Amino acid sequence: MAAYVGRRLLAAVPTLFLIITISFFLVRVAPGGPFDLERPLEASILANLRRVYQIDRPLYEQYLSYLWNLFHGDLGPSFYWRDFSVAELLGKALPISMRLGATALVLAVVVGGALGAVGALRQNKSADYAVMTAATLGVTIPNFVVAPILQLVFGLGFAWLPVGGWNDGAWRNTILPIVTLALPQLAVVARLTRASMIEVLRSHHVRTLRANGLPMRVILRHALRGAALPVVSYLGPAAAALLTGSIVVENIFGIPGMGRYFVDGALNRDYTLVMGTVILVAVLVILLNMAVDLAYALLDPRVRYD
Amino acid sequence: MSVVVDQAQSGSHKIAAPAGRSLWVTARHRLVRNRAAVTSLFVLALVALACVCGPFLSPHPFDRVYADYVKVPPQLAPYPLAEQLPPALERLAARIRAKLTASETTDDAVRVTLEGTRAIDERLLAYFERSDFFGPARVVDRQDDGKRLVVEAPIKHLHFLFGTDANGRDLLTRTLIAGRVSLAIGLLASLVALIIGVGWGATAGYLGGRIDMVMMRIVDIIYALPFIFFVILLVVFFGRNFILIFVAVGAVEWLDMARIVRGQTLAIKRQEYVQAAEALGVTTGGIIRRHIVPNTLGPVVVYLTLLVPKVILLESFLSFLGLGVQEPMTSWGVLIAEGARNIEGASYMLIFPALFLTATLFAMNFVGDGLRDALDPKDR
Repeated sequence: MAAYVGRRLLAAVPTLFLIITISFFLVRVAPGGPFDLERPLEASILANLRRVYQIDRPLYEQYLSYLWNLFHGDLGPSFYWRDFSVAELLGKALPISMRLGATALVLAVVVGGALGAVGALRQNKSADYAVMTAATLGVTIPNFVVAPILQLVFGLGFAWLPVGGWNDGAWRNTILPIVTLALPQLAVVARLTRASMIEVLRSHHVRTLRANGLPMRVILRHALRGAALPVVSYLGPAAAALLTGSIVVENIFGIPGMGRYFVDGALNRDYTLVMGTVILVAVLVILLNMAVDLAYALLDPRVRYD
Repeated sequence: MSVVVDQAQSGSHKIAAPAGRSLWVTARHRLVRNRAAVTSLFVLALVALACVCGPFLSPHPFDRVYADYVKVPPQLAPYPLAEQLPPALERLAARIRAKLTASETTDDAVRVTLEGTRAIDERLLAYFERSDFFGPARVVDRQDDGKRLVVEAPIKHLHFLFGTDANGRDLLTRTLIAGRVSLAIGLLASLVALIIGVGWGATAGYLGGRIDMVMMRIVDIIYALPFIFFVILLVVFFGRNFILIFVAVGAVEWLDMARIVRGQTLAIKRQEYVQAAEALGVTTGGIIRRHIVPNTLGPVVVYLTLLVPKVILLESFLSFLGLGVQEPMTSWGVLIAEGARNIEGASYMLIFPALFLTATLFAMNFVGDGLRDALDPKDR
């Protein structure tokens, strides 16, 4: 197991390197710069700024020094939020995005799994059709449509919840973003659970349990364990999708998380902030995928990593 | 070649074989029986037809601004509403530098009496035509040396079935034009992904060995990149134009296609009929054309129908963030973003484009699922 983890981490190095390289050159080669304002700065001031932030040096030198700093854990200063370093900004934004994402993921797995199980147990009955129709809708309606509708209904219509804002993470402010993030993933989990559960319910070991007259509780425990496998393998893509979804959700609800910083950073040509976000997201996705593969091995004794 | 000739010669006393049903014929039969898929196909055809032809039939150009009709709600009856006219007439009179002393409105025309302190400049009556409510004005009667005019102007009746947006543009026409853009991007970008993906996957799968390993390792590495982030970077930094969106989206989505095609090719390559063809001396190109490509087509078509909605969604996502299609051109994502901004008071601006987008995505997913079931050889 440890050897497997080591090998996976080693394999992640070239991928990360590629990500860093591509994003570095993509950002720097692009027209426009971080200090282009509506009213151009005086040439001498601009030159000074460029010298302070070291973007007047040749590209390869910048690249090497960026890599060197990164190797020492320094993501550099933000070009737009001048008083902050990228690490400080992301240090504030990451917990916010993680909190939303993790809650949404738990919600999606628990509720989606339960709905899928209901669908499988009541296969081809009205409950099943209701669950599946809702799930298909959930998959197809994009989150940038769901979010304004939720705002309209619960924020403006009933006025139960705030329409947006973070408010230092008050729970009322987190409900709508979490639901928006969770819904599409919830729908996918429900579909996956239903499909795999139907298969498991037909399998020999569950049939034997039934034939022996074991209580439903016991049968369900066995069936759910078997049905959980495809769901677990979906968690990697789901986590990546949540990170992507956070771009839209954080923009709509005005939440100071990573997705927001990324878009703002890109629009402001905040080179270091954009790269910091991309690198952080890439690391997260790689780690999550690895965790999912390990969890898979724990759940399914047929899968072994040596 | 000689085998074929032999068969033809011995054909005279052969029992007629039952007509074979090809994969595609069976698939079509099964698809037609799938009610959800057929309904979805119908919905899709309807949406496509509306988006392609609708804008030609619509009386409003998609970028025409009706300054007098900003954010009017959708209704079947024609505008203007009766209560819109008196304030509009007051405003007009003020511009003509006269006072409105009497007005009489019928269904199709309005007759007003204007009184000025000096003789009214009749050229100013052109303001009537410039407003969105009235046609060209005509002087019916001049009194008091032209200080008092009786003017008649026809009322312009306009339909806004979906209402108008925050700039006073007809939302129906805009929704249809947006549909054109979204569908076009969806289809073209999917085509880009299809060509790259099939080419890459088939080459890797058929050549095999070290070339295969290198090619698929490249796919694996690109796969691990946080792609949405790269697309956003690309679009932000290199201008927001149409072609770039195609390229960006197409370049993102070919990876899955390459994997699917490679897997299929690997499986087909080992089939007996391919070996037989090899033994008969058919060329590599011939085998690929006759045996490999037609047999990868099933999963490719299924994946393609599921890819198009994904691409449309991606484009809408970019446009929603303001990084995609730019004004005055529009796409469903742009309209939804505008609707989301005006949701308080003008929720129809969100609902109509969202309905079109969702219906299209929903239908495409059903068609994809239906095709997958229809083309599944295990399930007859």
